[in-house]
Amino acid sequence: MTMPTYLDYNATAPLKPAVVEAMSAALAETGNASSVHRFGRLARRAIETARGQVAALVGASQHQVVFTAGGTEANNLALAQHRSMRVLASAIEHESVLGAAGDAVVIPVDRDGRVDLNALERLLGREGGPALVAVMLANNETGVIQPVADVARIAHGHGAFVHCDAVQAAGKIAIDFAALGVDTLALSAHKLGGPQGVGALVVADRVELQPMLRGGGQERGRRAGTENTAGIIGFGIAAELAARDIETISRLAGLRDEMEARLRRAAPESIVFGAAAPRLPNTSCIAMPGVAAETQVMALDLAGIAVSAGSACSSGKVKPSHVLAAMGAGDLAGNAIRVSGGWRSAPEDFDRLVEGWTTLWARLGANRAGSAAPAA
Amino acid sequence: MNDMTMAVRKPADSTVRSNEPRKPIYLDYQATTPMDPRVLDAMMPYFIEKFGNPHSRNHPHGWEAEEAVEKARKQVAELIGADEREIVFTSGATESNNLAIAGVARFYKDRKNHIITVVTEHKCVLDTCRHLEQEGFEVTYLPVKPDGLLDLEVLKQAITPKTVLVSVMAVNNEIGVIQPIKEIGKICRERGVFFHTDAAQAYGKIPLDVNEMNIDLMSISGHKIYGPKGIGALFVRRKPRVRMIALIHGGGQERGFRSGTLPTPLCVGLGEAAAIAKREMAQEAERLTKLRDRFYESIKARLPEVYLNGDLGNRIPGNLNISFAYVEGEGLMMGIKDLSVSSGSACTSASLEPSYVLRALGVEEDLAHTSLRIGFGRFTTESEVDYAADRIVEAVQKLRAMSPLWEMAQDGIDIKSIKWAAH
Repeated sequence: MTMPTYLDYNATAPLKPAVVEAMSAALAETGNASSVHRFGRLARRAIETARGQVAALVGASQHQVVFTAGGTEANNLALAQHRSMRVLASAIEHESVLGAAGDAVVIPVDRDGRVDLNALERLLGREGGPALVAVMLANNETGVIQPVADVARIAHGHGAFVHCDAVQAAGKIAIDFAALGVDTLALSAHKLGGPQGVGALVVADRVELQPMLRGGGQERGRRAGTENTAGIIGFGIAAELAARDIETISRLAGLRDEMEARLRRAAPESIVFGAAAPRLPNTSCIAMPGVAAETQVMALDLAGIAVSAGSACSSGKVKPSHVLAAMGAGDLAGNAIRVSGGWRSAPEDFDRLVEGWTTLWARLGANRAGSAAPAA
Repeated sequence: MNDMTMAVRKPADSTVRSNEPRKPIYLDYQATTPMDPRVLDAMMPYFIEKFGNPHSRNHPHGWEAEEAVEKARKQVAELIGADEREIVFTSGATESNNLAIAGVARFYKDRKNHIITVVTEHKCVLDTCRHLEQEGFEVTYLPVKPDGLLDLEVLKQAITPKTVLVSVMAVNNEIGVIQPIKEIGKICRERGVFFHTDAAQAYGKIPLDVNEMNIDLMSISGHKIYGPKGIGALFVRRKPRVRMIALIHGGGQERGFRSGTLPTPLCVGLGEAAAIAKREMAQEAERLTKLRDRFYESIKARLPEVYLNGDLGNRIPGNLNISFAYVEGEGLMMGIKDLSVSSGSACTSASLEPSYVLRALGVEEDLAHTSLRIGFGRFTTESEVDYAADRIVEAVQKLRAMSPLWEMAQDGIDIKSIKWAAH
């Protein structure tokens, strides 16, 4: 029996074996990290080691890392800092940023999915008092990498606070927190081979973080709740491995580009979103004109290949992608699937995707697309 | 089971000094509990081959994770007679308490702005309430009786037409006393006020029924019931419906009450822990009550001037909180280094504050400082209990032998009447 091909790493990544090993050992241990006795002290020490490992992944200092229950909470915690400020968020932010931002002013993106810096400058120049600017480091659907250092420079020039959602970028490209210059940076463990249920907000020293969850004073008063010791340990190991393996992951770009070239050869009408922009090495968002994304995903599933249409977060509701809409994709947005590889992906996985996709195209797409000329 | 008991007694760290007589005995089950190996077994597949995102709708990796999460939700609900649609997974009881109190208060703020809670609540309840005061809400902090229990008449009088929520913990984390939840629920329902209970220390330990007790919101913790840390739940009643404003926004998971990818293995762990508790609660309560009584009798028989904090009758089986007069808190803790217990002494607790719970009971400061919280649980053995009692008796006797105050007390001098000379 062949293993199903998993190409949905941007939804969640399988845990790395060393992470599982460290976590199963940790789960068999007792100890509340706030307890002063020996069991508690051991848990505390392990958490601080993990904090250092996570900090190292993004070039931050250990004390700048605040552990949370995941990327969504980290984004919410960052955006909760300035409830009275106006929020400027890029059009392609993750739901957890858009949801927490409330009535945000939208910073548009260009056709390649890159945030429009001129528009940002213009929006910040308007009246309206201090602002919070949220721009993600890399988009979850297209993988397009955003000019965050430029965003931070411009925004700080206007006295704004800058948050960056780096959930998808971490572990896939090198990140230097100080060089990015942002005030807060959100991370998630399960996107990089760590466990679900853990994330972090990296906080610059100049920021006095107000907690969103209040209580026992954990995380130096910045996030209450008994620490998820095993999860945090798993995150630490995953971060350390991700930092070490960043070169290996970058090589996925070769496989990804070859896959895209083969699909484009089979179906010249197909569109790869964000292809002209710098992208994460593992992500491809490709539209098969005339064939609904849901149909493609189902057909690929039958062929034993797991990919996704849009993001996994909308709890059952398949909505047209706001990301592709913002890029001016029009109806093609409904034809796009996301293929995302990761640490365990092999060339054969991409071969199977190409085979499944081109078979479907030959069966359905080639005829339909004849009548509907591609938009771009 | 035996393997786990061993694992519990043997921390992985091998730097234990060889002159320590034995590995520390864990008697701090109200702080956290070891994982039940059956829970860990249930979780492991979801760390390895079944790693999917439960919100992925397009492939079997997601479906299999979702199925596991929904089974767990049902298990969590069944322990308290709830419907699985009334369970919202969170990252733990702290988040559940924050969400319940702030979420309900903010939703109804145009109509009602008053919250009632109790001075002995967990810090996360009190801190959330204090923050809500800054947002313009009025909060009443009710006192407790010297036995730690809430006076129902005091509660009745505190409810006003502006009251939206009453939040009273089911079981106190320091003194283990069980509040009259059913009676409180009845009062709240009659007065049209939502009733939230922080059941982090009660869920899985004592029988709870959300319908019989008229509970509208209940906070649940995983790691207090032999499940994993980083997972909890909030029960939110559907009929009559309780509405809340979410704390964490995003993908709209958990019916919009709590966004974020659900951690499948942790949900599975909480579900399994709940299922085990449902099967074994009665039996376990009986065993722990025996252990606790054995311990307490053994202490009382050998040591005069020991005081139990909190009512004994209305108390969970696995908790004791005892003050030892005429000893010094830090000295006592130093004397029982191989017992992992929690102390009410300022200098040995992480918070660096003396226990506000004991102070609320009217326990004098010197007695609060010499209090120990001793927590028994699923993996506690009779020999551990006997050993712990011996060590405590020994330590207290030794400290008292060196104490001039103890000597004076033995001579019949009332210590409080002494006027100490200033130097």
